Amino acid sequence: MTWTPFASVAETLRALESGAVSSEEVTRAYLERIANLEGRVHAFLSVYPDEALAAARAADARRMAARRHPDETLPPLLGLPIAVKDVLAVRGMTLTCGSRILEGFVPPYTATAVQRLLDAGVIIVGKTNTDEFAMGSSTENSAYGPTHNPWDLSRVPGGSSGGSAAAVAARMVPVALGTDTGGSVRQPASYTGVSGLKPTYGRVSRYGLVAYGSSLDTVGVLAPAVADLVPFFTLMAGHDPRDATSMDLPVPAVDLTDAVEAVQGLRVGLPKEYFLAEGMQPEVVQAVQAAVRHLETLGAQVVEVSLPHTEYALPVYYIIAPSEASANLARYDGIRYGPRVGAARMWDVFYRTRGRLFGPEVKRRIMLGTYALSAGYYDAYYAQAQKVRTLLKRDFERAFEQVDLLAAPVAPSTAFKLGEKTEDPLAMYLEDVFTLPANLAGVPGLAFPVGFDEQGLPIGMQLMGPHFREDLLFRVAHAYQQTTDWHTRVPPVAR
Amino acid sequence: MQFEPVIGLEVHAELQTRSKMFCACPVVDLTTAEPNTAVCEVCAALPGTLPVINEQAVDYALRVALALECQVRRVSVFARKNYFYPDLPKGYQISQYELPLAQHGRLWIRTSQGERAVRIRRVHLEEDTGKLTHVQRDGETYSLVDLNRAGVPLLEIVSEPDMHSVEEVRAYATALRQLLRYLGVNSGDMQKGVIRFEANVSVRPAGSQALGTRVEIKNLNSFRALEESVAYEIRRQMAVLEAGGRVEQQTLGWDEARRRTVPQRSKEEAHDYRYFPEPDLPPLQVDDAWLERVRAALPELPHARFQRMRQAYGLTPAEAELLTAERAVADYFEAAAQAARQQGVPTKMVVNWVTGELFGRLNREGLRIDEAPITPQGLADLVALVHRGELNKQAGQKVLAEIFARGGGEPRAVMEALGLRQVSDADQIEVWVAEVLEAHPAEVAKYLAGKESVLNWLFGQVMRRARGRANPQVVRQALRAALEARRG
Repeated sequence: MTWTPFASVAETLRALESGAVSSEEVTRAYLERIANLEGRVHAFLSVYPDEALAAARAADARRMAARRHPDETLPPLLGLPIAVKDVLAVRGMTLTCGSRILEGFVPPYTATAVQRLLDAGVIIVGKTNTDEFAMGSSTENSAYGPTHNPWDLSRVPGGSSGGSAAAVAARMVPVALGTDTGGSVRQPASYTGVSGLKPTYGRVSRYGLVAYGSSLDTVGVLAPAVADLVPFFTLMAGHDPRDATSMDLPVPAVDLTDAVEAVQGLRVGLPKEYFLAEGMQPEVVQAVQAAVRHLETLGAQVVEVSLPHTEYALPVYYIIAPSEASANLARYDGIRYGPRVGAARMWDVFYRTRGRLFGPEVKRRIMLGTYALSAGYYDAYYAQAQKVRTLLKRDFERAFEQVDLLAAPVAPSTAFKLGEKTEDPLAMYLEDVFTLPANLAGVPGLAFPVGFDEQGLPIGMQLMGPHFREDLLFRVAHAYQQTTDWHTRVPPVAR
Repeated sequence: MQFEPVIGLEVHAELQTRSKMFCACPVVDLTTAEPNTAVCEVCAALPGTLPVINEQAVDYALRVALALECQVRRVSVFARKNYFYPDLPKGYQISQYELPLAQHGRLWIRTSQGERAVRIRRVHLEEDTGKLTHVQRDGETYSLVDLNRAGVPLLEIVSEPDMHSVEEVRAYATALRQLLRYLGVNSGDMQKGVIRFEANVSVRPAGSQALGTRVEIKNLNSFRALEESVAYEIRRQMAVLEAGGRVEQQTLGWDEARRRTVPQRSKEEAHDYRYFPEPDLPPLQVDDAWLERVRAALPELPHARFQRMRQAYGLTPAEAELLTAERAVADYFEAAAQAARQQGVPTKMVVNWVTGELFGRLNREGLRIDEAPITPQGLADLVALVHRGELNKQAGQKVLAEIFARGGGEPRAVMEALGLRQVSDADQIEVWVAEVLEAHPAEVAKYLAGKESVLNWLFGQVMRRARGRANPQVVRQALRAALEARRG
């Protein structure tokens, strides 16, 4: 069998192992796809072809050398090219966060999650586009131009990990890392018809992930199939002494064998609040209901449950995340790194650098957060939001007393047109209404395609589970993908 | 009208741990280290970096909290204090706000009014900022940023407004500095800025319980600045009130050159720090076992040691003050006193030798007590030699000087080497006396004519002839006897 760039991660690794293909060939194939598609999709903020090919040749050499020493164990992902969202630090590669304020910034260190993958042998071909500082749901807030949805180039890929989602959907890379603070992995996965994991908060180190909402930020991963995600998750997960919020818990191996059989008897909850939102696209509801029925046919018990505080997730999120962001983004002052807009007086350096180099959505959230934390407003906003956040967490705890996991739509609709919501921040915020609760509660969420609407745009469903039960989500979603083929569809532009 | 000053102090003390509060960078001497050599991506606040709590800093903070008899919170919370300044890399300082590490303690102070406790409101952990230096170059002003200090662990110790005089302020600051040094968490080296003060000062009519309007004096980096600025503020506020005016609540700085407080403008103008819990750090948990470990390892504290040493060695308050000022001094003295006691030497002699001769020498040489070339045992031996009359006091001083000059040495060996063993032999001394009287007939005549004061001069001449070795009492006796004999 000849290798193609449409191969799964497992197939590519097998081909590399058997010598059917070299890492250089694999890497070159993806780089060619990037070269062909990037002009239309604009998934990347930087691409490193020479470095990637050099790393691929080194991987090949290592594999060759290992053939002479059969007892030598090779890193599990040796020679596999991936892309990394440009909010994760990779030493020697620019880290812009989609912002002018970090234009040209090259970090001298690598994010822990990325380093663990590099240690496992991956090759990073480039950094993917993102809404500025991961603030957005369409990748239109990137200071370097929007990414286009490979399924319809006039539409957004979702966001903020829109670059990673589009790159995976167009098979410009087999896997890409994203980050999810309020849905930024799951929603673009849904819009581009790929699978995407948001792990439990504290499961994957945030060290080297440029902070947006520190109590919500997670490092996730996107790929066509759920099975492709698993090795990435298990390698990235686990305690990191450099992140005090990363949990010191063992990471169980995820066993996908007999996943279909394991669905038998599982209790799947349908949170009714996720189907009642205003302006929901009927096809989304229908596709998700069909997917749930499919799980039923595999033996799952489907139960309606209630997460009664769901409607507060949006206002709570838009207080907590901007509050944290207002402090997290204070370091971009033009003093130590990044471009500086010079001025005669010190304060003017701050005002001008921040005033000119931050985009409008970033400024909006900094102002929102600054306001919510201000003396006299703190109790009414930030402190109150934290209380409601506790109620939201409790919703999930109660639900998981009744069911093993939850199934729900990822977003109220399929991908919208570029520019359609840029003038209406609230409409844009509503895109995240179903993804925010998992971030606020810290629970894992896994999005994957369950159908297409009449315009041929992908529809996603998400599974949410108890803290640290990514394994459960993987098995159920894998069972679904073993018995369906939505995840194998490739957008016409990329075929 | 009589007024009573009311003063509270906020003290910022750096904790001299090996590494910084939230990263692995070393804590360096800011006055000698090259700028920006102890800086990493965390303390420079590069994007994506995260803080991790330095356990040693918490340990040090617990020492201080327990020594101040505070209630330690089992769970305390770090918070972000938000403001912009070029010396603050993250744009916020990680500090503690609503739930500090420890509260409700007290510190014993001694003044001319006696002993009393000043209540401690809170003790909390935070990180220091970097340092700005403003330079002129080509007619332009530049501000240079040094981040060596950014992220150094800082302990903030806040008193209640319990002090009512400059003397009490001085006593509090001194006692706190002493305590920090005893605990081994801070060098107390004010010139290096490792302790900084802020004073809250108000005055009120004597007898009143209400608090007057207070001002805050910031950035006081020496005892002198602290005392002078507080004294100045007390006088200024009293004058304002006496003139029927009102004290304005404000933040002040101390103008060293003009010796006056001045309203401060700067980052402090932005009053709303928008504190909120630090999401990058889980709440700090201190369990009983940890507290007990720290408590068990605490040294004897200055206040207790002062009391005990007064009793045990019969010290005057002034002597006890001097000998317990530093832990190393107290250790040295106690070791010497005990060694001397075994040789039957009165403690009083040891006190005098330590506070007089030894301190004098150390001062002259610029040495710390732990750098003294003579061990406590050596000092006890030296004092014993004097006590037993083998050395006279002067010769004893010479032996000490020689030990300092050689950088060490055993007193008896040094004494022998210098030939300083005291001569008490009356025959030998009579010979020296006779020689001196022979050589100075004019002075002898003056004495015999009634000029008693010549005796001391003649005594000196005999001691000189004896190269300082003669037993002074025997010399005095022999001299007087010989002179009287000449009277005929």
